[in-house]
Amino acid sequence: MHISEGILSAPVLLSGAGVTIIGTALGLRGMKEEKIPRTALLSSAFFVASLVHVPVGPSSAHLILNGLVGILLGWAAFPAILLGLTLQAALFQFGGLTTLGVNTMNMALPAVICYFLFHLLVKKKSTALTGIAGFLAGFLGVLLSGLMVALSLVFTGEYFRQVAKLVIIVHLPIMFIEGVITGFIVVFLRKVKPEILEG
Amino acid sequence: MIDSPFSQGKSILHSLDPRVKILVVSLYSFLTAVEKRPVVLLYASFLPVILFFLSRLRIREVVKRMLPVNGFVLLLWLFLPFSFPGEKIFTLGPLVATREGILYCLILTWKSNLIFLTTLLLLSTSPIFHLVHALHHLRLPSRLVQLFYFTYRYIPVVHREYTRLSQAAKIRGFQPGNNLHTYRSTGYLVGMLILRAYERSQRIYQAMLARGFQGTFWTLHHFQWRKADSLAGVIFFLYFLGLCYLKWL
Repeated sequence: MHISEGILSAPVLLSGAGVTIIGTALGLRGMKEEKIPRTALLSSAFFVASLVHVPVGPSSAHLILNGLVGILLGWAAFPAILLGLTLQAALFQFGGLTTLGVNTMNMALPAVICYFLFHLLVKKKSTALTGIAGFLAGFLGVLLSGLMVALSLVFTGEYFRQVAKLVIIVHLPIMFIEGVITGFIVVFLRKVKPEILEG
Repeated sequence: MIDSPFSQGKSILHSLDPRVKILVVSLYSFLTAVEKRPVVLLYASFLPVILFFLSRLRIREVVKRMLPVNGFVLLLWLFLPFSFPGEKIFTLGPLVATREGILYCLILTWKSNLIFLTTLLLLSTSPIFHLVHALHHLRLPSRLVQLFYFTYRYIPVVHREYTRLSQAAKIRGFQPGNNLHTYRSTGYLVGMLILRAYERSQRIYQAMLARGFQGTFWTLHHFQWRKADSLAGVIFFLYFLGLCYLKWL
């Protein structure tokens, strides 16, 4: 979930921007010349995937897949998500410049955490283990993102407590679905093109 | 899907140098985002209004683009009026809406829309490629700019592939529902999308190497700084001087 412009306080905006700048710098530094088209095309794919809607109860939600972004890209998740959000801001007016840092951090930091927790597990021989690691990455990616969005709001002011709770509740069913779908994606990639998971 | 319909016009705003636009949007957003006093916001409101008239965009189109933005703001309206202590306005069951809460919501809504409107008017009146080019001139890391170029360039291509895959699924009678079958099919579909993007990226890189790519993106078309841009720069500068004056003095 993107937080709108003009809502968060200066300290929250600044810390978000700081973390995003550091993360992006780390992501870009580790990127070799030949990896640029690869990272960019995967970013395009994730951008398109975020337009895919899946049914959630009577409503529907779009895919987030930040856990998977983390597994496939590592620290490069920061520049990838930063670009995705910038494009969304420029094209559809979701989010804007001042919240770019916070919104990127809220999605990319969980992605990087998922990378460190699961990128080895995904490559294991057993398909079941791959699927479970994928599920956990998808689940945790959304869970941590929801928590970070809620925290960004609460750190801005105590009066956002109710909204923050709602944000977490809304994310609950999405976590499970993201987990299941990410699990299937990872199993699929392992069977069809294991090199992608090698990084 | 990702065409930018506003970028095609022929107004003063459309011909303004993208570098100026990016700087103005950044400065304006940051100055307005953490402001709380109505006087300053009133002054800040002049900019988007004037820009709107300069842009010659149709008001209906602009309003249509602003609607999704207000989804999050609407969410705040559901809770914030009841979360502040203060003078009681009305009660809704156990909930008490206060004057302070409602005023705070009004300020947030106002601010949010000001920033979005200014961003919309300034940035969507330039083609994205020009904006990326401008970012390059504003000294963003070249790798980030290259990533940006590629990502934007290939989104329509990947999206076409997605449309093909989902049409194929539909033709075979796929109907999404709340079941494992839907999640599996969606997962495999997205997996296929990622796989094809990956393989395409390899072909692209090989094609680049075959054409002698050595790590540099050469720019053939350079921006021309015109007198009008200097003039606009001076006007914006004076405007921001006023904004800072109201804010801090």
